[in-house]
Amino acid sequence: MVLNSKAPEGPLAEKWDKHKFNVKLVNPANKRKYDVIVVGTGLAGAAAAASLAELGYNVKAFTYHDSPRRAHSIAAQGGINAAKNYQNDGDSVFRLFYDTIKGGDYRAREANVYRLAQVSVSIIDQCVAQGVPFAREYGGLLANRSFGGAQVSRTFYARGQTGQQLLLGAYSALSRQIAYGKVKMYTRSELLDVVVVDGQARGIVTRNLITGEVQTHAGHAVVLATGGYGNVFYLSTNAMYCNASAAWRAHKKGAYFANPCFTQIHPTCIPVSGEYQSKLTLMSESLRNDGRVWVPKTKEIAERVRSGELKPQDIQEDDRDYFLERKYPAFGNLVPRDVASRNAKQMCDEGKGVGSTGLAVYLDFADVIKRTSAEAVSQKYGNLFEMYQKITDENPYERPMRIYPAVHYTMGGLWVDYNLQTTIPGLYATGECNFSDHGANRLGASALMQGLADGYFVIPATIGDQLAATPPKPVTTDHPAFAEAKAGVQARVEQLLSIKGNRTPDEFHKKLGNLMWEYCGMARNAEGLRYAKAEIAKLRKEFWQDVKVVGSGEEMNQALEKAGRVADFLELGELMVDDALDRNESCGGHFREEYATEEGEALRRDDEYAYVAAWEYMGDNQPERLNKEELVFENVKLTQRSYK
Amino acid sequence: MAGSNPNAKPMNLTLKVWRQPNRQTEGQIVDYKVNDISPDMSFLEMLDVLNEDLLRKGQDPVAFDHDCREGICGSCDLFINGRSHGPEKGTTTCQLHMRKFSDGDTITIEPWRANAFPVNKDLSVDRSAFDRIIQAGGYVSVNTGGTPDGNEIPIPKEISDRAFEAATCIGCGACVAACKNASAMLFVSAKVSQLALLPQGQVERETRVENMVAQMDIEGFGACTNIGSCAAECPVGISLENIAILNREFLTAKATSNHLA
Amino acid sequence: MNWFTKTFTSSIGRKIIMSLTGLFLCTFLVVHLVGNLQLFKHDDGVAFNTYSHFMGTNPVIRTIEWGLVLGFGFHIYEALMLTRRNKGARSHGYTQWEAKQNSEWTSRNMGILGSIILVFLIVHLYNFFWRARFGTIDPDINHNDDLYSLVVSSFHQWWYVILYVAAQASLGYHLWHGFRSGFQTLGLNHRKYMPLIKNFGYAFAVIVSAGFASMPLYFLLFTNEKGALVSSAPAVLHQLVLAFN
Repeated sequence: MVLNSKAPEGPLAEKWDKHKFNVKLVNPANKRKYDVIVVGTGLAGAAAAASLAELGYNVKAFTYHDSPRRAHSIAAQGGINAAKNYQNDGDSVFRLFYDTIKGGDYRAREANVYRLAQVSVSIIDQCVAQGVPFAREYGGLLANRSFGGAQVSRTFYARGQTGQQLLLGAYSALSRQIAYGKVKMYTRSELLDVVVVDGQARGIVTRNLITGEVQTHAGHAVVLATGGYGNVFYLSTNAMYCNASAAWRAHKKGAYFANPCFTQIHPTCIPVSGEYQSKLTLMSESLRNDGRVWVPKTKEIAERVRSGELKPQDIQEDDRDYFLERKYPAFGNLVPRDVASRNAKQMCDEGKGVGSTGLAVYLDFADVIKRTSAEAVSQKYGNLFEMYQKITDENPYERPMRIYPAVHYTMGGLWVDYNLQTTIPGLYATGECNFSDHGANRLGASALMQGLADGYFVIPATIGDQLAATPPKPVTTDHPAFAEAKAGVQARVEQLLSIKGNRTPDEFHKKLGNLMWEYCGMARNAEGLRYAKAEIAKLRKEFWQDVKVVGSGEEMNQALEKAGRVADFLELGELMVDDALDRNESCGGHFREEYATEEGEALRRDDEYAYVAAWEYMGDNQPERLNKEELVFENVKLTQRSYK
Repeated sequence: MAGSNPNAKPMNLTLKVWRQPNRQTEGQIVDYKVNDISPDMSFLEMLDVLNEDLLRKGQDPVAFDHDCREGICGSCDLFINGRSHGPEKGTTTCQLHMRKFSDGDTITIEPWRANAFPVNKDLSVDRSAFDRIIQAGGYVSVNTGGTPDGNEIPIPKEISDRAFEAATCIGCGACVAACKNASAMLFVSAKVSQLALLPQGQVERETRVENMVAQMDIEGFGACTNIGSCAAECPVGISLENIAILNREFLTAKATSNHLA
Repeated sequence: MNWFTKTFTSSIGRKIIMSLTGLFLCTFLVVHLVGNLQLFKHDDGVAFNTYSHFMGTNPVIRTIEWGLVLGFGFHIYEALMLTRRNKGARSHGYTQWEAKQNSEWTSRNMGILGSIILVFLIVHLYNFFWRARFGTIDPDINHNDDLYSLVVSSFHQWWYVILYVAAQASLGYHLWHGFRSGFQTLGLNHRKYMPLIKNFGYAFAVIVSAGFASMPLYFLLFTNEKGALVSSAPAVLHQLVLAFN
């Protein structure tokens, strides 16, 4: 199938306006005759549900959490980018567009990224109007800070809790619509299938996580805002419940999955401390504004640090290697995430890592504390330092933090066109759930921007195009497709319960995570990927023979929930490996060891791989089919990324 | 392992855990043993160990709410050894680490107790009452689009910072759980004072506080008697000053608003 | 319900009544304490009886007295209503409850403290107020009721003194929490002034309760049945009595 992005023709800066004019509109009186299902209530979902309800649509919103306020958007620390140019430092919509395209290593769609930069400006206004308490200067105006991959200060923030404040803003807008009765909110409801009627998305099947009841819900359109799939790796900075099931079920119903191998490894996370580790904690990228990344200059010194003989603070300046500053003098510690992560890994691979496992590098604040004061540093990063100390029992004011890269974000996701519609008509994907805006690497503070852009401004404008062509007749769950999907979900629950094997869902998940991290993580090669593919297939087979879940489906059963999610991860993991194998180049978060420059930097191959890989599900145990969307760059020149 | 204290010995612990199959059935405390617990584990990772063990033995794992494990989502809600989120000040359950306990300890784990927070199963409770209170008015009624420029209204940094501090409430319910009266005043006050402090919140200032307090009472939370347990146990340090602001807002609104009902 | 009843039957509304009545009762305590200091005057009760006569007959005071009755009445009624509401908010308690780690004992036990004060109040009213207002008491040399002699003789009964002192301790603890709590409920918590209010409240609690408790102790320990200092009383008291008379 030829993938048509439906991005409008014409000059970049006019595309969005032109498109908004050209999409069909639903008249205000008719809007109330359409039901829209929104799955997920993070930034993208809550913003979409609230905005669609404000327009007059009847919205049914779903979350597996006990409240729409808990989605993992809440954990984003550093900030949100917007091309406001409040700092008078040369920022513009085009610069934000350019930085994002370049940061994504030229694997994103120009039209989408430009639109993102355009609406970024309105997001800040919207959030301020909702009462989001962004950081401010003494004069009362909004403050900014800088972030990786940019040379301007365009990041708006609320101390280290920007995601929380933005989500609570969206949650408040959603709460208001719930109170008005325009949004019917279903909490503790997990999507287990998408219902497609005559080629159109017409509803979903959910399971109530308290009672176990399997329900069907009908709507004229379905919007997925279900986040990313980083938890395929078991250990990631994602929350424990984050999963790929919604996107994966949609994929199996016909939605193409794009660029699944594009995963982001965040350079500054607290290192793993033991086998029992359940998740990893991010230390905001904003710390790299003031913290300096280093390792001991030689293996010998590193060895003495690892054994505890030498304290980091006692290492002489000459014996330290500030490797990011040395290799990338222009951007220094603020290089994009993929570059920073890869370099940290390289240092550790060379034996210069610290901590008792040797899988950590230092992030040092001694200089900034000397230059300003501990108090000033605490003002900026107090809550992060506190969190670090709680977890590691070490005081980062006195001793440099130990950090190591960890899986953080997935740039890949459901393929969507310019309207954010997937390849199933009537099914939309927003936020991290789609693939659209970050290419092969996402810049810091851009996830919040994209989630809110999609939810507040894009979906409300584009969804009408499809709905206007749909008769405003009530939709019901009477169609046999609903009963069929429901029966399928129930059968799967029964199947998981009936295996009664010997290994817990977590055991399978850990094993899958290890494989993915080892062979499809920060560095990949064809041999390792082929090995991983075979191992994952084996593991999946074992899963369906040996997984252990107790209890029943008619109660709160967290092991059952977990088993269902792991089953989907086991399928998605293999697709990620396939995609990584197909992409014979290095770009952004996808680093194939075979494709590197002499200096070890990523070697992109634009002539062959400037496309979006959109995978099509062909049936159980069938290889997926690759469809390509060629990426056309009319406004930026493709260059080898340089942050030197 | 990195970060672990080489002198820290693994611990053996006795857990007294509230088990309750569902809302309708009465529950009880059940004793469990967990062994070889590393002091570097988080409290929830210790419970993961217990659950994996129970599952392998074919027993029902303990249900509890958790998600981000970074102390920000507000999902985790355990009442540990008689205190909301356990013994460490300013810490959610997920950020509590086992190094705060000693080998041989007995740890009692109960769900939040309040009639407004019915138990779903074991340690998981239903906190939707909080959502309904927010729905009663915890927002600024602006539609998407058409809002003025973010810098149009300067806000003194100090005011903005205070609003932020109130806005950091994670909605976990530790305040209600710790309060002798099971009062939700700290939670409600955090939102009311955030929006009362900011210029954007002025337009609906009176209706907001009147409606939110009314909903709080409908949900069956107790009344504040200024004991202060809530603020002392709040993992993000929401201050009692917010309750004073709420009281003031309420009194002023009732005295001056045009609402006769 | 109209807005007024709705306001004052809401959880915060009831608290506001608690606060207003409580702070009003604090002013009563001040007047009562200052007046009762007449007991220490060494004039065979003349000043005290004059003061009691004034308090019992002055029409303004008699009017305010009704306010006092209402103040006590509402304070007690709202306390009952709030306690009922608060008990009903958690019908299933915890097996382990470590409230002492996060709050003061007084703050959690205002109901118990208040109940002790109430019992005392009934005894106290019966003993002095009721008899002075509705009973017959022998006149003093100025033909005022000789309430002084009644007080002195009452304060020579050890059980009465124990009740009195215990009640004052309860009052002290009640005020320890209640004074600042009253301000908090009215929304008067400001980072500049709250430390002042708190410390004033603590001082108020100590001075008022110690002041009232000093009276029965003084008469029991240091005076004879007529209210005259006994020779075994500490020298400093003899000095003070000389200085003030």
